[in-house]
Amino acid sequence: MVETRTIEMEVLRYHPERDAEPHLQSYQVPFAHDMSVLQGLQYIKDHLDGSLTFRWSCRMAICGSCGHMVNGVPQLSCHTFLRDYFPGKVRVEPLNHFSILRDLAIDQNDFLKKLESIKPYIIPAENKPVESGEFLQTPAQLDRFYQFSQCINCLLCYSACPQYGLNSDFIGPGAMALLHRYNADSRDAGRAERMPIVNAEEGVWSCTLVGYCSEVCPKGVNPANAVNQNKMNSALDYFLSFVTSRGGGR
Amino acid sequence: MQVITTDVAIVGGGGAGLRAAIAAAETDPGLRIALISKVVPMRSHTVSAEGGSAAVVRADDSLDNHFDDTVSGGDWLCDQDVVDYFVANCTREMTQLEHWGCPWSRKPDGHVNVRFFGGMKVQRTWFAADKTGFHMLHTLFQTSMKYPSITRCDEFFCCDLIVEDGRVQGVLAIEIATGEFFLFKCNAAVFATGGAGRVYQQNTNAGIVTGDGMGIAYRHSAPLRDMEFMQWHPTALPGTGILITEACRGEGAILTNKDGYRYLQDYGMGPPDPWPRAKAMELGPRDRLSQAFWHEEHKGRTIATPRGQVVNLDLRHLGAKMIHERLPLITEVAHTFVGVDPVTTPIPVCPAVHYTMGGILCDVNTATPLKGLYAAGECSSVGIHGANRLGSNSLAELCVFGKPAGENAARYARSVTHSRSSAVEKQAQAAAETVLSLLKRERGERLATIRDEMHDAMEAGVRIYRKADFMQTACDKIGELRERYRKGVKLDDSTRAFNTEWLTAIELGFTLDVAEVIAHSALNRRESRGAHTRLDEYQERDDDNFLKHTVAHYNGTGAPRIEYTPVTITRLQPKQRVYGGAGKKAEMT
Repeated sequence: MVETRTIEMEVLRYHPERDAEPHLQSYQVPFAHDMSVLQGLQYIKDHLDGSLTFRWSCRMAICGSCGHMVNGVPQLSCHTFLRDYFPGKVRVEPLNHFSILRDLAIDQNDFLKKLESIKPYIIPAENKPVESGEFLQTPAQLDRFYQFSQCINCLLCYSACPQYGLNSDFIGPGAMALLHRYNADSRDAGRAERMPIVNAEEGVWSCTLVGYCSEVCPKGVNPANAVNQNKMNSALDYFLSFVTSRGGGR
Repeated sequence: MQVITTDVAIVGGGGAGLRAAIAAAETDPGLRIALISKVVPMRSHTVSAEGGSAAVVRADDSLDNHFDDTVSGGDWLCDQDVVDYFVANCTREMTQLEHWGCPWSRKPDGHVNVRFFGGMKVQRTWFAADKTGFHMLHTLFQTSMKYPSITRCDEFFCCDLIVEDGRVQGVLAIEIATGEFFLFKCNAAVFATGGAGRVYQQNTNAGIVTGDGMGIAYRHSAPLRDMEFMQWHPTALPGTGILITEACRGEGAILTNKDGYRYLQDYGMGPPDPWPRAKAMELGPRDRLSQAFWHEEHKGRTIATPRGQVVNLDLRHLGAKMIHERLPLITEVAHTFVGVDPVTTPIPVCPAVHYTMGGILCDVNTATPLKGLYAAGECSSVGIHGANRLGSNSLAELCVFGKPAGENAARYARSVTHSRSSAVEKQAQAAAETVLSLLKRERGERLATIRDEMHDAMEAGVRIYRKADFMQTACDKIGELRERYRKGVKLDDSTRAFNTEWLTAIELGFTLDVAEVIAHSALNRRESRGAHTRLDEYQERDDDNFLKHTVAHYNGTGAPRIEYTPVTITRLQPKQRVYGGAGKKAEMT
């Protein structure tokens, strides 16, 4: 048999049709040692209050659906365990810096637009027919971008980023990591098309290098590193354009 | 109700739906394509697939090998003409993904590397560490953004199809954020809605895998085929059912019981050495390995945990470097969810429902019997999995059949015109009223009560091993639950905006219909084949009577009407399935 204890879960509630302001609601949730915060929310929904609204799907930290503020820290709920908060209470709120659709569900559209804007696909130097086989790519070449391809789009980094909180036009850590992922891929030749996004005011230069994005990333993507590498690229880009124009144009 | 006119409506934004959308856009850039998904595409369950995707690339492999492994793995219930098409197109599709940026793991010379999976003669599994589904999905999702004719409708929940004049002319969906109904008028639809693993309690599937598309198509008289064949994956975490990929065994991991004994040698998979070697011991097929667990449990040789009986999946001899390089997700999952470091401690595992081999009947062109409806991926039964799917074939299937689904839907959509009558709108309005009525019940049971009873009934009656009386009990119980569901579930939440309780209620209706098909298809198959194995008087395969597909037709509130259709056999006549035996040690890549 599985032993259970009871923890208080405090959850932020907001219904767009009814509530002027969000408020917190408390639930008493029985939990076993291996139960995640997500499983606590599921218990509430199944047995206590079917109206509690949150997103979830894979429950194994790969789909990126269940990011919430858990006691003030951006976390994947499936990856965070109730035992670690007991005997205190655990407070679950929607991710910071996003507008709330309902309860814990935030509006993800801003990120999706940013993702589209960085051209997140291979732009090859020339058309290579599929029949001609694969591009060769050594493990070392793969290593140059692989870390940045691990982004699960969970948005914890946006929630952690003070700059994004101040100005949501900032491209942000996740999209910048993915931009860098394509720029650093040996199969890609689209860097010139993406550099204007990097160089823009809302590009890398908005980042003040707090580094909290990398700290909360559940997949070790290290978006701060991607941003930093692109500051160098951006500076180089600027310097080269300067040199070229001095040299009498192209 | 808002009405949107499009040409092709694709339902489901996982691997198959995205591949279909891209193919439709490339086939006919002038068509409007709506990609409708109840989650943003990168949340789809394809994301959880770990081990890899099959495609012949090695010089010592061949399309015939892939064909043989697939057909024998499926216990001869595969349609061999379709398998031929499948194996012939896997390599092209995996290469296409490579061109689109999929970060396949590589050999030192820069070529794509391949690994072993169960039931394979030769290494054939393309992999991106142990996050293959994740990388395939994100590659397809991000690539789909290149095509301006694809309009994504993220977080739109498809609740019905509109069939008028004998063909599909609309998809009815709820915009989740607002609860508003949208009618997508279309000339063709592709269902790429995934499987139905959530029929069971202990499963490896994401919460969204509720058989929606299967339920909708079935109610519109597109039959469900071979639904009794549910795959139990032999290695999932106890309690949660979280998947521990077969790639662990592909890299050489072993399974041991409470005495540290490699028990698979007692079930026709041995001898244990030399190890690893193809199609033997831990590299046997999934149905056999899950069945062996059952026997060990009944002999009292498994290990008791608070979350049930387990065996040990032991990776320790692979060493830290190999484990961290090839199996990073498993390392993280084992650490997070069971507190185990696989470098030093074996992972506790047990079987869990993993894959729905059956699905919406379709032909090699992905066309279903319902005009204008195409199906691809796990929701479909195109004929390649037979009675037991070979690991690595499902990710390949998403692309190999997602592509023709998009192409054929596009061509069909171009060949017909939108109906002028208002009948489509009227039907949609009526369908929306039915769905809305779920919100208005004043009395009824909680959703979780009916769902939990369904889980119990299926886990007890239609499991790894099956008996007529238990299956009959499950059939009766599911029939009863369907009736209780019709009488009414009472929701706590009667509002419209982002009402996930309402959506769960709609899903449960689909899941119950699919559960009933699984139970009746199982009860009626009076033989043992692949994943359908009986302990009563039907313990042998019976080719004389059951080398046939089960086809289940919707029958309103009654039990499904079951009929049988022939299996297409072209060049590999049924034989006994043989695994284990002597063999040489595999050279690992």
